[in-house]
Amino acid sequence: MAAKAIFKKPQSLSKKEFTYCPGCHHGIVHRLIAEVIDEFGIQGKTLMVAPVGCSVFAYTFFDVDGTVAAHGRAPAVATGMKRAMPDRVVFTYQGDGDLAAIGTAEIIHAANRGEKITTIFINNAIYGMTGGQMAPTTLLGMKTTTSPYGREIEREGYPIHVSEVLKELSGVAYLERVAVSSPAEVRKAKQAIKKAFTAQLKGLGFSLVEVLSTCPTNWGLSPVESINWLNENMKKEYPLGVFVDKVGELK
Amino acid sequence: MAEKVMVKGNEAMGEAAIRAGCRLYFGYPITPQSELTEYMARRLPEVEGTFLQSESEVAAVNMIYGAASTGTRVMTSTSSPGFSLMQEGISYIAGAELPSVFINVVRGGPGLGDIQPAQSDYFQGTKGGGHGDYRLIVLAPKSVQEAVDLVQLAFDLADKYRNPVLVLADGMLGQMMEPVEFPEFRDLKTLPDHSSWAMQGCEGREPHKITSFDIDPVNLEKMNLGYQKKYREIEAKEVRYDTEMIEDAEYLLVGYGTMARILGTVVKLARKEGLKVGLFRPITLWPFPYRELESFAKGKKVLLTVEMSMGQMIEDVKLAVNGKIDVNFYGRTGGVVPTPEEVLRELKKIIERSE
Repeated sequence: MAAKAIFKKPQSLSKKEFTYCPGCHHGIVHRLIAEVIDEFGIQGKTLMVAPVGCSVFAYTFFDVDGTVAAHGRAPAVATGMKRAMPDRVVFTYQGDGDLAAIGTAEIIHAANRGEKITTIFINNAIYGMTGGQMAPTTLLGMKTTTSPYGREIEREGYPIHVSEVLKELSGVAYLERVAVSSPAEVRKAKQAIKKAFTAQLKGLGFSLVEVLSTCPTNWGLSPVESINWLNENMKKEYPLGVFVDKVGELK
Repeated sequence: MAEKVMVKGNEAMGEAAIRAGCRLYFGYPITPQSELTEYMARRLPEVEGTFLQSESEVAAVNMIYGAASTGTRVMTSTSSPGFSLMQEGISYIAGAELPSVFINVVRGGPGLGDIQPAQSDYFQGTKGGGHGDYRLIVLAPKSVQEAVDLVQLAFDLADKYRNPVLVLADGMLGQMMEPVEFPEFRDLKTLPDHSSWAMQGCEGREPHKITSFDIDPVNLEKMNLGYQKKYREIEAKEVRYDTEMIEDAEYLLVGYGTMARILGTVVKLARKEGLKVGLFRPITLWPFPYRELESFAKGKKVLLTVEMSMGQMIEDVKLAVNGKIDVNFYGRTGGVVPTPEEVLRELKKIIERSE
């Protein structure tokens, strides 16, 4: 009997090895996006915008046309692409520093316009590439290199809830917060990404999936401790769930 | 021959862009160029184009980046404070080598300044307002007709060199109405094919990657040397300038754009009084016509640079003549436009002093 492959690397991922730290969730999320692109058969018409930050190299990890935006500007770059080529599939990949600090204006307006793009938003509550500084999403009391005594409301204000802010905007077609800290959650995350791309393919509007993620290196924890910390702390501050769903049931 | 029509400068530049094949515009309203933004909003849907008012100039320039990366003809327009906001994106666009056209209808600065015509963005346009070693091709029209012609040229140069091109106008040019002859509409099928590098989807080929980025300094230096090679080619091939009554001139005026037009009147007034005055006008501010100016300046008794700024182009004029002749300066700033009479008065004072 001929051997049958039941599991392989997605076609939409390039041969390049990931450069992420051990225990970081970027690799899992990259794989899920690539699987979704493969399943929809849209590799040949997908354009991606990578961010500034740890995942700046994302454009090299995917076998699709790709570019890197200036810090925070990915939704504007994606808007230009989509308006130039409305029949292509355009997605941005952004971290919390990129999307929730310097790029707040661009994400809000792209979402509000109902721009037919998809954003994968990685929230690990810290700045990764620059070495573990405070993000807008950093939890209260959380120590970072620029909040060395722990984040305080008086000094730094509250953690920002991006999905809760965006869900109020009429242009949003699909919005869900997921995690990838267990096999069951990975499967749910993939469904969410699939729905987000479906929203774009159906021309329903803007879609975003927020993924709670670990940063073992900058959190100063092992990969396993990081997952525990995420489960115990981040999920309390950022509850998982679907915020907007104009897609309905997937066939 | 096409019919001449009376058009406002801002609107004429918009129509010129559309006739050049531009079907995408991203921008943000700012005086004194808002009529251009409004014109594109009205006109682009008529030619099945796309107009989008961005949330800021920062977003606009990044939308340009996105659209240009697909190889589509795209432009924006703005005025000085807006152009400042675009500098980040322009640096990225130059680094990613994306063809795109920018129009800056310059107003008084710094800061909020005012809404009157000025030329105080010369440094920002020609020396690079964003970070890194990059250059824009900078074209400076002096009339509405020339603005139309140079907007067309801007798109062709942008495509030819995969480089952002800036049309540096000013509030006077944007707001004035003049008779204009428009070129024919460019057949979109004849526009340059960018499919060899643009992001259009990787169906049937290897993926295209477009960035201004390489983490390895040796590679980034290679990229930079590539840009520089292109810039040297542009310097060799794309210098443009104009002269008036320069052959027998004893005294030489240098100015660009609206100022050069006023200086044209100064030349006529001076000649009536028997003063042999000529004019040198750079049309490309980058690449600057250094050699040409040097050769025309040779042997002149007086050289006077006049600008609607406190002196920015004068640095290039000085580089051109390289100390071989004194370079005098007269300028008004803050949106004040010098009159021909006041410039002539200044010129006479300088002539008197020098003799």
